[in-house]
Amino acid sequence: MFGTVFASLNEGFLVTLALFGVTLLGALPLGLVISFGSMSKFTPLKGVCRVLVWIFRGSPLLLQLMIIFYVPGKLGHNIWGFQNGRFWAAAAAFIINYACYFSEIYRGGIESIPRGQTEAGLVLGMTKGQIFFKVKLMQLVRRIVPPMSNEIITLVKDTSLANIIALTEVIWAGDRFMKKGLVWPLFFTGVYYLAFNGVLTIFFGWVEKKLSYYRV
Amino acid sequence: MAMLEVSHLEKHFGETEVLKDINFSLEKGQSLAIIGSSGSGKTTLLRCLNFLESPDSGTIHVDGQLLLDGGVKTKTSDREVRKKRLRFGLVFQNFNLFPQYTALENVMLASQLLARERPDYKQRKKEIFAEIRANAENLLAQVGLKDRMGNYPDQLSGGQQQRVAIARALALKPDILCFDEPTSALDPELTGEVLKVIRALAEQHMTMIIVTHEMAFARDVADEIIFMDGGVIVERGPAHQVIEHPREERTRHFLAHYSAS
Repeated sequence: MFGTVFASLNEGFLVTLALFGVTLLGALPLGLVISFGSMSKFTPLKGVCRVLVWIFRGSPLLLQLMIIFYVPGKLGHNIWGFQNGRFWAAAAAFIINYACYFSEIYRGGIESIPRGQTEAGLVLGMTKGQIFFKVKLMQLVRRIVPPMSNEIITLVKDTSLANIIALTEVIWAGDRFMKKGLVWPLFFTGVYYLAFNGVLTIFFGWVEKKLSYYRV
Repeated sequence: MAMLEVSHLEKHFGETEVLKDINFSLEKGQSLAIIGSSGSGKTTLLRCLNFLESPDSGTIHVDGQLLLDGGVKTKTSDREVRKKRLRFGLVFQNFNLFPQYTALENVMLASQLLARERPDYKQRKKEIFAEIRANAENLLAQVGLKDRMGNYPDQLSGGQQQRVAIARALALKPDILCFDEPTSALDPELTGEVLKVIRALAEQHMTMIIVTHEMAFARDVADEIIFMDGGVIVERGPAHQVIEHPREERTRHFLAHYSAS
């Protein structure tokens, strides 16, 4: 009995972890691209990026999930029809949504680095790429670790929203037992979130400490 | 031939004329101080020389070679601009050291990156890096920071940070080293150590342009002084003469605010 429940919940939590991992892999770099776009001097690009951020931050993720998963089918293009289609529909929604949040964190971080750092790099003959990677990136990483860890911990919990498109993540797994009259597995799923976020909290604390070898 | 020749340099920010028909030249091994109140265009002039601002018109020659023609609005490649701006070095008012690197790393970084463009970089990487390190250590010793090389900028005083910044600029062996109010962000008791380093450079005949509010220092260290006001060069002459016997009324009026003793 316990064995079946745990096996089932573990299976669900693996889906949760997969969605979490794929979202980070996609959203961390995509967010950087969007942040560069929204700081661009080329007005149309800047406009598109800012509108994108407004739409995805301004509307509920739950709604975005449903639209991305159901609307293509309603329009006659069943793009999510393949195996694991639900997972990738959820991943698409999460990646875009979180990329928009991350892009604003990146942008804040980049804009808070004093202009003098860029100028110092320029007069020392560095290229723009070198200035970004050798001078600004480390300062950026340091500035954004606290807000990013906040977002990432929220992401762990947000993955449960994929429930709405019947993705079999951990809450879905717990809910199945509820429907059979067994209450505790659903509540027990909370332990998975708490444990995982506990690990993440310790990890980010360690990263922050590692990065604080200098002060700004 | 003059090391630096600036002719008819003009710069506007919108409606405001920041530099109006600036002409001057500088001989190799000489140092030139630029004085004047804030907003007189001194800093903009330095920034034009270092390609941080692009002038609207006028020319800059270094060693007889045309470096910049403000009237020609063709896009110069990044690579060209980088090569040209390395003729100049710039020391900023607020140091702008890279906080995540030690003093030594700050001095070495740009040289290491530039070394990548050398054709023999791959074969001689170790040797090149050893040379760069030795050069950086020498420079830091020269500015009196031999035992602070492993410190991060936040562990150094303002005066020490500015001396690291000077070493960092010297590491690229610029033809002309520019200082933008190098002691203005420092507590009075720390200005002396920075001025001493600049004075030593003048004695070694480094070609320098120093924007400063330290009148006594300008008089004692610079060969010549330019006084700027409202974007024009009002007066130019030998350092002692400009400070002690200014010819222009506006210079006298400006200097009255300082008791250069």
